[in-house]
Amino acid sequence: MAEVSVRKVVKEYDGGVQAVKGIDLDIADHEFVVLVGPSGCGKSTTLRMIAGLEEITAGEIWIDGDVVNDVPPRDRDIAMVFQNYALYPHMSVFDNMAFGLKLRKFPKDEIKRRVDEAARILDIIPLLDRKPRALSGGQRQRVAMGRAIVRNPKVFLFDEPLSNLDAKLRVQMRTEIKKVHQTVRTTTVYVTHDQIEAMTLADRVVVMNHGVIEQVGTPNDLYHHPTTRFVAGFIGSPAMNFLPCRVQDGANGGLTVRVTDTITVPIPAARADRYGAFKGREMVLGIRPEHLFEYHDQGKPGWNRVDLLVDVVEPMGMETMVHFFVDGAPVCARVDPATHAAPGEMLPLTVDLNQMHLMEADTGKVV
Amino acid sequence: MSATIAERRVKVATQRRNSLHRQRLWALWGSYIALAVFVFMFLVPPFYTLMTSLKSSAEISAQTGSPWIVHHPTLENFWYLITYPNFQRYYLNSAIVTILTVAVSMVISVLAAFGLSRMGFWGSQTLSTGVFLTYLVPPSLLFIPLFQIIGKLGLINNFWCLVILYPTLAVPFCTWIMIGYFSSIPKELDEAALIDGAGYLQMLWKIFIPVAMPGIIAATIFAFTVSWGAFLYPLAYLYTSNQMVLTVGIISDLIRGDVFQWGKIMAACLLASLPPIVIYAFLMDYYVAGLTAGATKG
Repeated sequence: MAEVSVRKVVKEYDGGVQAVKGIDLDIADHEFVVLVGPSGCGKSTTLRMIAGLEEITAGEIWIDGDVVNDVPPRDRDIAMVFQNYALYPHMSVFDNMAFGLKLRKFPKDEIKRRVDEAARILDIIPLLDRKPRALSGGQRQRVAMGRAIVRNPKVFLFDEPLSNLDAKLRVQMRTEIKKVHQTVRTTTVYVTHDQIEAMTLADRVVVMNHGVIEQVGTPNDLYHHPTTRFVAGFIGSPAMNFLPCRVQDGANGGLTVRVTDTITVPIPAARADRYGAFKGREMVLGIRPEHLFEYHDQGKPGWNRVDLLVDVVEPMGMETMVHFFVDGAPVCARVDPATHAAPGEMLPLTVDLNQMHLMEADTGKVV
Repeated sequence: MSATIAERRVKVATQRRNSLHRQRLWALWGSYIALAVFVFMFLVPPFYTLMTSLKSSAEISAQTGSPWIVHHPTLENFWYLITYPNFQRYYLNSAIVTILTVAVSMVISVLAAFGLSRMGFWGSQTLSTGVFLTYLVPPSLLFIPLFQIIGKLGLINNFWCLVILYPTLAVPFCTWIMIGYFSSIPKELDEAALIDGAGYLQMLWKIFIPVAMPGIIAATIFAFTVSWGAFLYPLAYLYTSNQMVLTVGIISDLIRGDVFQWGKIMAACLLASLPPIVIYAFLMDYYVAGLTAGATKG
């Protein structure tokens, strides 16, 4: 087990393209950290630099108190699980898992003990004699994890390990990975582009975009207190609604947020102090779909009625997603399935401004 | 009503006949006819060789009846060759040269292909193209300059010179096959091996060679074929019986002036063809898989 530190790390490819632009990240012992972001954000490159599979252009990577910039992958005491499993096709499951230990000249009985123990944790004992081609996707991924576990390394690295699995298996394997981490407690860095995977697995989530870290925090932190428009839009499904708006004076010395000529709603008093400085400026109102729901007569403070023209209705069973356009901007509301919503009809909704986010239009910074 | 349904059925059946089903039938017949023509063209010479090898010299020279039929089959040509010391020597020389050529070619090709396809050093792409380009140079252009080199090495009329020369023909193509095969192996496999603790040579030996076995077998068969069947170089560099290999030994021993011992020549050709036939028969599936792997695998 070990701490991992990434300090001012830069990765520049031939031609001057910077994939990672000087990131800093400290990962504590036993911690499960997920790097998440869209394609090309630098998350996989960061993971590969920690693994030693990519050279670092500038900066330092520390594992367990040592700088490992020039240490080859085999001497970093790490294990990695790949998206396409990377199992050795000519070896049995047992040999795949034992390969690293054999290269390190472990005694035979120790190898067998470790492989059996990992196979027990992952429930793959009956598969030990099979070749990878005789396994399903989920079983292969388990074997890949087993290969990592038997080494008992300082750090586990996962590079989008569930991307090749179907949706149902992905959910199942997600739970398996979490269970394994709870058992072995090895420091883990996990890369995914799936924000749900990130939220469900991580102790802390690192959101990356264009080679920089946008925000680091617990899943709840990121969800409820995003610091940038990118994080606010990336975390959460369906994504947060963004509406251009202007903060202006309201009744009784309060503030209102004006979205369109017909939609102007009062900002809750608790937030008025924070938003006062942005009066008159072009801003963006961020509101999650679950904070835009069917209208209730008995509202709470901060709840306001808005009426929107329904564009598309998506019944999901336990809830219904209703889509609208407000001044050309798409808006999604999460309403009770009993609510009558039909395309082309006006639907009265409640917007809960206690949960609103206000962002600067130019920088995207949440204020 | 029932008439309408019947008409519709007939119409659907007609459409089906005229569409995919019919096209497939034509394609199938076309394939069979084309294959039959090719099989006939390629099997006629070996059949004629076999027939002639089973005839006595008298029957061959009599020129009566159909040349395609053996009237008095005999194994005397085969027996003569099997017990003929020179022929045994040619066979042994060919076997030594071929085994060594295959070994040398495969060691060089596998190492070169692994380096060029997986180690990603500066200029590896250009070098890969260069390797293939050398294969395009015809051997007939090279044998005069090579004669000088072999002469300076003191290996003229020594079958060991072929062990040096044949790899120059086999290595480029074998390397090219192996580059294609190694490139089709996902890069995550070497990364997994690196993280597991393997060095590059361990990775090659424990992962790449077993995984790329069909490609290696294809390249081995190619090197074998080049070495076993080569004619020009042994004709140019070897001139005494004790150094000759099968291809030149057969014509130098069995053609005396204007006398062609056709029965023995044909029997010698068949005996010389045995090793390639046996090897191809056992390894054909690997050979085809190896040649096509680079094209079909992601």
